[in-house]
Amino acid sequence: MALHNEIPTNETVELSDVEKSKIDALVHETPHTSGVSIDALKVIQSHRGWVSDASILSLSRYLNLPLADLDSVATFYNLIFRQPVGKVVLHPCDGISCDLMGGIKIRQCISKQLHIHNGQTTSDNQFTLISLPCLGACDKAPVMIASETLFENIEEESLPLILSHLKGEASK
Amino acid sequence: MNTVENVLPTHPLTRFITDDDNCWQLAQYQQLGGYDGLKRTLEGTNAEALETITASNLRGRGGAGFPTGLKWSFVPQGDDAPHPKYMIVNADEMEPGAFKDRLLLEKTPHQIIEGLIIGGYTLDADIGYIFIRGDYYTAIEHIEVALKECYDNNLLGKNILGSSFNFEIHIHTSAGRYICGEETALINSLEGKRANPRAKPPFPQVAGLWGKPTIVNNVETYCNLPHILNFGADWFKSLGRFKDSGTKIFGVSGRVKTPGLWELPMGTPIGEIIENYAGGMSDGYKLKGYLPGGGSTDFLLEKHFDTPMDYDEIGKQRSRMGTGTIIVLDDKYCPVAMVLNLVKFFAQESCGWCTPCREGLPWAAVLLEKIEQGKGELADITQLEDLCKFAAPGNTFCALAPGAVEPLQSALNYFRDDFEQHIKQKSCPYCDQNHSEAEHDK
Repeated sequence: MALHNEIPTNETVELSDVEKSKIDALVHETPHTSGVSIDALKVIQSHRGWVSDASILSLSRYLNLPLADLDSVATFYNLIFRQPVGKVVLHPCDGISCDLMGGIKIRQCISKQLHIHNGQTTSDNQFTLISLPCLGACDKAPVMIASETLFENIEEESLPLILSHLKGEASK
Repeated sequence: MNTVENVLPTHPLTRFITDDDNCWQLAQYQQLGGYDGLKRTLEGTNAEALETITASNLRGRGGAGFPTGLKWSFVPQGDDAPHPKYMIVNADEMEPGAFKDRLLLEKTPHQIIEGLIIGGYTLDADIGYIFIRGDYYTAIEHIEVALKECYDNNLLGKNILGSSFNFEIHIHTSAGRYICGEETALINSLEGKRANPRAKPPFPQVAGLWGKPTIVNNVETYCNLPHILNFGADWFKSLGRFKDSGTKIFGVSGRVKTPGLWELPMGTPIGEIIENYAGGMSDGYKLKGYLPGGGSTDFLLEKHFDTPMDYDEIGKQRSRMGTGTIIVLDDKYCPVAMVLNLVKFFAQESCGWCTPCREGLPWAAVLLEKIEQGKGELADITQLEDLCKFAAPGNTFCALAPGAVEPLQSALNYFRDDFEQHIKQKSCPYCDQNHSEAEHDK
């Protein structure tokens, strides 16, 4: 099945029954199976934290959709992670409204405190840092999303507290 | 205590937003007159509804300002029309500096749904989609609850409110790409594909989602419909202070005293929004310029403060209304760094289909980074101007690249001294602020 030469192996993973039933429900709602591609990848990510090559191949076989199509979708969207991420993914905003209000300093400060650069994960696997474009809360800049929570009007001084709170969330 | 308004509303879009945390729920929405617009619409024919929408002169609030009635008139009608027809709400707000749709999604999900059902009835559509940004967690939750409330109360499903009209709505949470805001890219994304825009024609009104007639409109556009159908086209037209009809959610971000969002009449002068509503500049900061309608609009200056926020009037000043969310540049932030931030964003979010966008924007970012770091040459400015020309409308399939270079081309015009100063003194004159991302990205 050499549809894509960037896939190094034809290793698959077994999709769980929960994943399968969620994906089946999606298929039920769409007139064409290919319509569920993005949502099905998100189902896998919600259970595994990220989307591996092996899970894309499994999904391709399960839905009978071309591997190249699923791979092209998986590599296109910002919120589908193609590498393992930490327990908490920090999404500080790098939009212009945040930067006008000191957003760069906040991102540098996070990097410094966690000893990681953008795109990296801490060695204890607690945090991954992935800045996102404008998060649509510009009147409360600078902002950050983590653990499905929006943190507003972030100041350098408040960062340690936010990070230790999130660390607590991660170890729950 | 909330009372149902007896007088005609002056702020229709925010009239349902109260201090109560539950103002987004069905009970409160209906108590304040919600779904009255739908009831009135269902009493008339769909042709009458389209007539009212057209007569109201409502223009699309997503940025382009295309007349909604005209856009909808291209959808095939009658017994021979293909089905299912689709109505889509574009709630994938991701324009830099735009935060107005978040407010409407979180606080008035029923207003959006009511607008969508009215749209469905007007065009005899069968299925609605709300395409929402995946990072808008609260909004997603509220929309999901609101949809359930609708199905439980005969506002969605079969024979809505006892009429013969059937309509269903699904929610799709985006996996995150700015280009999904382009309507044909959004349609591709809903079909489970990469969000590349499509070549037009065919236009989505004729062949959109799964090849069927499809309408895509912005959240705020739909929010206007219940009120237009309820209070009439003449009332809607009377709301504007200049030529355009209705009100708009305007916003201001940056170093102003009270950044925020306000529903104001169309045609409110720019200066009034920045000075009166946003409270003017924060202490210690002066206004250098501003993008009037989000990250893909041309800079304007203080001398343009009298310009009404009207589509054509801002156009005359060589900028755009865009999303109506103003981003203020202060005198202590480097204009080159601001443009660099925006160009980097657009370069990253390009889908990669058209050459001026895929190759031109990253190259513009390289040149801007070079200038910002004090390594630029005067020839770089000429090259940036050339790149702006290559990305002009007509050279690409969609509006991403033309929009992306709007802040750049106007900054080269208004703040040229700043660019030249970087090159002459071989460093950023604003450098104590450290605007370079280099440290962060390393």
